[in-house]
Amino acid sequence: MNTIATIFQTMPEIMTRALVVGTLVSLCASLLGVTLVLKRYSMIGDGLSHVGFGALAIATALHVGNASMAVSLPIVMAAAFILMWLTEKRRMQGDAAIAVLSTGAIAIGTLLFRLSDNQYQDICNSLFGTASMALLSDADMWITVAVSVVVVVLFILFYTRIFSVTFDQSFAKATGVHVNVYTMMLAALTAVTVVIGMKMVGAIMVSGLIIFPALSAMRVAKRFRSVMITSAALSLGCFFLGFFLSLLIEAQPGPAIIAVHVLAFLICCLIGFLRTRIRTRKARGIVVEPPCKVQ
Amino acid sequence: MALITFEGVGLSYGGANVAHDVSFSVNAGEFWGIVGENGSGKTTLMKALLGLIPCSNGRIVLGEGLKPNEIGYLPQQSLIQKDFPASVGEVVLSGTIGWRGMKPFYGRHERALARKNMEMLGILPIEKHSYQELSGGQQQRVLLARALCATKKCLVLDEPTTGLDPVVTADFYRLLHTVNGQGMTVIMVSHDVEEAVRDCSHILHLSCHPLFIGTAAAYKTSPIGRRYLQETAL
Repeated sequence: MNTIATIFQTMPEIMTRALVVGTLVSLCASLLGVTLVLKRYSMIGDGLSHVGFGALAIATALHVGNASMAVSLPIVMAAAFILMWLTEKRRMQGDAAIAVLSTGAIAIGTLLFRLSDNQYQDICNSLFGTASMALLSDADMWITVAVSVVVVVLFILFYTRIFSVTFDQSFAKATGVHVNVYTMMLAALTAVTVVIGMKMVGAIMVSGLIIFPALSAMRVAKRFRSVMITSAALSLGCFFLGFFLSLLIEAQPGPAIIAVHVLAFLICCLIGFLRTRIRTRKARGIVVEPPCKVQ
Repeated sequence: MALITFEGVGLSYGGANVAHDVSFSVNAGEFWGIVGENGSGKTTLMKALLGLIPCSNGRIVLGEGLKPNEIGYLPQQSLIQKDFPASVGEVVLSGTIGWRGMKPFYGRHERALARKNMEMLGILPIEKHSYQELSGGQQQRVLLARALCATKKCLVLDEPTTGLDPVVTADFYRLLHTVNGQGMTVIMVSHDVEEAVRDCSHILHLSCHPLFIGTAAAYKTSPIGRRYLQETAL
């Protein structure tokens, strides 16, 4: 029987690899997600994931074999810069730019997959995540590890400035923060996270990996730092649950992880709702109780 | 030398000319009110002072060692995200960002500065509260504390009392006077000319170019001031 224990026993190395990559990717996605959601950039992550699909198709057409990330990273990053530039400069409406870029990338990507005589399986894998994360190549794994460490370190180093730019861009600029530099850095980090996340959950669902933990965390936490910490914790928790669930029911890990995220989001909504109910009831209680006696 | 001198400043916004020939100077410790109709270039002028947009003509000269990024700014409430998850302490601390150079985290000095300003404005007890759950008046105090953390000399406020009820507004002006009394120069953009005349020491009446520059007392008796005050009173 294909239980988790037996998989661990038969291929411990592959399992460790999947867990390490999953942990790092989840961490990156959850940290970035908070800023992206608050800056109303959620759709940029979504648009970039479609570009990521196109980029993977290009990598396949070029027959780079195991180093697909080395090709897709620069492409997605370029797309991220273009999207940010268009949105900031108002050259084009941001949402329209995203729609154009993502559908275009999907079209070209599908054609390229077709032209390079590829199996249907390849398209499926890039859209819905690899059937098993264990299939990650050595090159891809090391790129993922390196890139996610860079994302987390940069995020921690610039945490205070990222807060300032996200909360109030004009104030940040007036106090001498180089807002454009940080916006572009966010774009680059998002691109990177999309590319590494795509391997795990697929192009269609990678934005969920970024957005869900942030949204859920904001339901239950009301301070920036606690939102960050909750988001990271939720992301890691959902990854582990989803990953082991996928092993149990022998499904792809991507959909399983995102499904657990949906569940977590609903639970967080419920907690947030109950909390406000209790608080308003308490507040009302103070008003209702008459403190003075009528003479 | 004056703290801030506008020398023939002209400004354009989105290709359109919104202000021209603005020349006046602000001395340390003064409390300026910039008044005028909507679209008279008040907010644009203030953005130029903060270095958020460039001047298309003339220049703004800063004196007494004031640097462009050492002006405390309190933006219009509408520009701030009201549903942002942040604690009062986190928002106020973010005002100290300009003092830290390239250091990644807040140090003891920044925390002390934030604490001092929160204490002065009476928001230290709600330091750990969530910004989005505060009343409009409390939020404005938090943003004032943040602006104070960013400056030692000059505060710039954009319509600071919009949307506040009269009691809270009066309260807010009391705080501004306290701060001004400690030597802080205050420049406030306001659509409420009555408030401005009552609370400011100097008035700039802008309508694409200055219609009046001088003390609030002189403005009250000037023809333009009398007319404008009467119009808004109706």
